[in-house]
Amino acid sequence: MNRNRSRKIKDLAMTSLFCLAAFMLVAVLAGVAAFLFKEGWQMLSLDFLTEAPSDGMTAGGIMTPLVGTIQLVIVSMAAALPIGIMTGLYFAEYSKDDWLARVLRVSIRCLAGVPSVIYGLFGLSLFVIFLNFGSSLLSAGLTLGCLSLPLIVTVSEQAFLAVPQDYRDASYALGATKCQTILKVVLPSAASTIITGTILSIGRVAGETAPIMFTGAAFFAPEVAKSVFDQVMALPYHIYVLATASTDLEATRPIQYGAILVLIGLVLGTSAIGVVARSRLAARSGRQ
Amino acid sequence: MKERQKKLISGFGGRGDRIISNLVRSVSMIGILIMLFILGFLVMNGMPVLKESSLSEIFLSRDWYPVEEPPALGMLPLIAGTLSATFLSSVIALPIAVALAIFTAEIAPRRLRNFFKVLMELMGFLPSIVLGFIGMMVLAPWLQHSLNIATGLNLLNASILLGFLVIPVVASLSEEALSAVPQELRDASYALGATRWETTRRVVVPHALSGITAAALLGVMRALGETMVVLMAAGGAAIIPTMLTDPVRPLTATIAAEMGETPVGSTHYHALFFAGLILLAVTLAINLASFYVERRKR
Repeated sequence: MNRNRSRKIKDLAMTSLFCLAAFMLVAVLAGVAAFLFKEGWQMLSLDFLTEAPSDGMTAGGIMTPLVGTIQLVIVSMAAALPIGIMTGLYFAEYSKDDWLARVLRVSIRCLAGVPSVIYGLFGLSLFVIFLNFGSSLLSAGLTLGCLSLPLIVTVSEQAFLAVPQDYRDASYALGATKCQTILKVVLPSAASTIITGTILSIGRVAGETAPIMFTGAAFFAPEVAKSVFDQVMALPYHIYVLATASTDLEATRPIQYGAILVLIGLVLGTSAIGVVARSRLAARSGRQ
Repeated sequence: MKERQKKLISGFGGRGDRIISNLVRSVSMIGILIMLFILGFLVMNGMPVLKESSLSEIFLSRDWYPVEEPPALGMLPLIAGTLSATFLSSVIALPIAVALAIFTAEIAPRRLRNFFKVLMELMGFLPSIVLGFIGMMVLAPWLQHSLNIATGLNLLNASILLGFLVIPVVASLSEEALSAVPQELRDASYALGATRWETTRRVVVPHALSGITAAALLGVMRALGETMVVLMAAGGAAIIPTMLTDPVRPLTATIAAEMGETPVGSTHYHALFFAGLILLAVTLAINLASFYVERRKR
């Protein structure tokens, strides 16, 4: 009897400990979020988003870095999406379990684990120097594209695998070829899931700093990049520069917190849209 | 007639099919190509440092003065920085992450469980520059005051923040592993009169152990390769740490801090690529180990 009670007490103690750990974490996250918001919210205005940094980056807004980040996202997605989706398609529809598919799978898995600063070194040696693109939007965008490739491959493979086999069988039964089936049946059914995956990859790419530090991010650029061979300012690198190399830390303090808030909003907002859209899709297909 | 029709269809479809299939196949191989290029370019740019220096100097010397003449390229302090930050952050984050996974998978009611899953996933998307910034602007002054030390930018600061990057990785993957444990096992354990904690500890966790191990390895890998947090919050002194409050300069931070102002092709440049190569080799090994642990389970 006594032993049973001590077991119950132990159970209760461990359960409370786990609950405590979970709620402590939530409390810490909420505290940090509240602190950042308190420090930066007065900066948030339309002017902050539409004005370029001025006076040696101690005044003005964050228009150029923000636009630069959007440009980087566009270039990286333009490079990574076609390749990533086709690789996902290959895994789901074409590959047999042969050595080539296995090598590809291991490669993608390895790419997913390569540290972001290594992508920076790779981009520097391949795009900037070897292919002579220079430190530019193109080099940085392609580097980020390589970084986002594994995520896109995984998401699109899952999207293709989630398309019910009946759809394919029905299409084949109507006399369609494999290519017609993929283009007209599989791809449209998987499209919405792939789009949510893309939104998630955009969230990942927009917040990366290390890969662009020496491939194309500018310390300061007077205006928005006009060609892919121009350097760009990027929001994450801009925050790094403001925090570490600013001429006047006190004056730029509100700008730093404002920029951090915008970056968090941009990245977590995008990711949250992706996560919610994905769970909606999963719920819908589950009900069918 | 039938034969001809069949030929016509397969001939028509066949060509289109073959073009698309070949296109998909060849484009997919770009993944392998990128991995090979990463390895190739790092080896090509990193190996020349051995002409100026030796493996024993790089791995055993404590002097990292890469811009002096002649340069001293001892990476021991950098490696010690990487290892100490990775170790400390794992010690901080892994228990919390596994506790969180157990809470989410075994204890939380459904709604709370969904909330925590989304929270973990979003936390995983938090840009590391944000954590580095918090380390510099918030945690460092606080540590400096409360511990009364010379600088708040140190090993402890960086490890705490790295923990925030490790927790979501490990927690969400461990949660998946725990959720994959069949409900029958839990029911059987409860039917024998076991409490929830006994069931979790003796039945559920052992069953999910390989998944949790793989998750922990990926978490360690995440800490090992992280750049911005250690660049901003670790203090940047190339010394071998003896205390929690010593500043450190991990490999990643060294590469990020020094690559920008290094002439292309110099010994220093090659040394930084060599540092990248060390890092890549270790992360690849951990990654493949976790891949193997996961696979063996299935």
